[in-house]
Amino acid sequence: MIRVDGQGSANSLIRVRGLSKNYRRGGEEIQVLQRLNLDVDKGDFVGFMGPSGSGKTTLLNLLGGLDVPTHGSITVAGDEITHMSGSKLTQWRARHVGFIFQMYNLIPVLTAYQNVELPLLLTKLSKSERRKHVETALSVVGLSDRMSHYPRQLSGGQEQRVTIARAIVSDPTFLLCDEPTGDLDRKSADEIMALIEELVAKHAKTVLMVTHDPVVAARAHTTLHLEKGLLVEASKLEQGVVAGGIR
Amino acid sequence: MKFRSLILANLFRKKIRLILTIGSFAIALILFTFLAVVYSAFNRGIEVAGADRLVIENRVGLMQTMPVSYADQVRAIPGVKYVTHDHWFGGVYQEEKNFFPQFVIDPENHLKVYPEFSVPDDEWNNFVKDQQGAIAGAKTAKRFGWKVGDRIPIKNSLYGPTKTWELNLDGIYHAKTADGDESQFWLQWKNFDENVPAAIKSTAGWYILRLDSPDDAVRVAKAIDAKYANSSWETKTETESAFQAGFAKQFGNIEFLILSIGSVVFFTLLLVTGNTMAISVRERISELAVLKAIGVRDGSVLFMVLAESMLIAFFGGVLGLLLAWAAIPAMSAKLTGFLPPLILSKALLSFGLLFAVLVGLTSGLIPGIGAMRMRVVNALRRV
Repeated sequence: MIRVDGQGSANSLIRVRGLSKNYRRGGEEIQVLQRLNLDVDKGDFVGFMGPSGSGKTTLLNLLGGLDVPTHGSITVAGDEITHMSGSKLTQWRARHVGFIFQMYNLIPVLTAYQNVELPLLLTKLSKSERRKHVETALSVVGLSDRMSHYPRQLSGGQEQRVTIARAIVSDPTFLLCDEPTGDLDRKSADEIMALIEELVAKHAKTVLMVTHDPVVAARAHTTLHLEKGLLVEASKLEQGVVAGGIR
Repeated sequence: MKFRSLILANLFRKKIRLILTIGSFAIALILFTFLAVVYSAFNRGIEVAGADRLVIENRVGLMQTMPVSYADQVRAIPGVKYVTHDHWFGGVYQEEKNFFPQFVIDPENHLKVYPEFSVPDDEWNNFVKDQQGAIAGAKTAKRFGWKVGDRIPIKNSLYGPTKTWELNLDGIYHAKTADGDESQFWLQWKNFDENVPAAIKSTAGWYILRLDSPDDAVRVAKAIDAKYANSSWETKTETESAFQAGFAKQFGNIEFLILSIGSVVFFTLLLVTGNTMAISVRERISELAVLKAIGVRDGSVLFMVLAESMLIAFFGGVLGLLLAWAAIPAMSAKLTGFLPPLILSKALLSFGLLFAVLVGLTSGLIPGIGAMRMRVVNALRRV
């Protein structure tokens, strides 16, 4: 169950408390996120929406351990990540987070197979074990027949599928998707969303997704809006109730 | 190495750029190798100089002579084993361009002082008996197609009016070591003494002594110079290596010249490779950011950039050294007589390769550290 009021269970997979992020631009301090709370359970699928500059990507970067908050804490599967050193955080990301980016961000000089294999190179798996995992991930996304293709030989939708395969190949604790359909046509976007839904439904993956597209956001179990640095549940937004209780 | 395929794929990402960078590396390495080989040739005399040999020259300079009677006096100094004397002959064989070093030698003592040269006994005995005799180094004999028994005309204008000296090639000498000098040409002092103007008669250009022990060098040198102090022909005695170094310096400060050009080569290579690596890293900043996002450590990112720049340097270095290795014998043949033999030794090859890899490492450091320190969120924002 997803909660933004700070009252979630202690067993939540992702537990965010009092999360703030400030940036300095010139001499001015800009508050992007203001003491957010969030609880996400295993198998949840959360969509984050909000206007440009509302802090969606900043929140995703903080949850993925790519950035550090100004205040507050983030706990994932019992690990408090906000005080980890840079190198610990790198190891933690390799083990727990699968990233799916809007622009796919595949390595153009590597084949689909080699791109998907990258996260496994950081593990102790043998070559044959890696091959098994990569083949499974590529079959989940329906690209078993495109293993030796380079990104330039794939369509946008297929590239995003390879990105998804790369994100799931190491069986991370959760997936972070930053505008996963932002660069795709509607048909390809539908296919990608169907795939993400399948990962949640069939493989019990936990997914946190940022999107601008209300149609895409509607596919998530819960959609949260970021408004002036605060998280608001979509259903409550219409009632003018701000979640988290801090204003 | 788990990232081998990624490093190699990145290396061959822009083939034209790779070829051009490797090519510029190879050309710079050829230049570097040529310079190093020439430097080594100039210094070989110093390297092979006998530790137990001293050279006496006129204090005024090498072009001034000394009485030949010094030989017996010097031989009497305790610690001196053998004494011989030379003169620079400086003749021309057929044409000016056919230069090779010619020395007037004292046959009785020459090989005792220079045991690193060998001449077959029968040839040497013929030379000693033949006042118009001459001995040529194997390399010079091969260069001009001379055989024992040939008559060699050498034109000389250093000692009186221009005159052609007809000499009999009695033998051919060989060096006992691979890097020994086989380009010299020796003729008899008696022949020389009878045919030069009166002012040159009974003189020696310089003396070479072989000592009982190298430990005696300082004492003997001091004793000789003290003996002839305030005489008409004051002497300057030094070790053979110091003499050779002074001789090499007559051509100018070769070491400074080579170091200067070498530094320019090094700096240019740094700029070329550094620029290539900087462009290469900037082009794939988002890819590096993704690698870091999925958990590749900072050190591994640095390693990947360094490995790439070092591979470029290695391939360029190997290509340059191979080309130099193929070209140097031809160059050496063209320069025979003007320069000692040009030899690309294994040590020089190893040093060249080390130099190349060092340049690769240095040029990859700045872009590599930049990639290592890059913040993932900033890099992803640029996409």
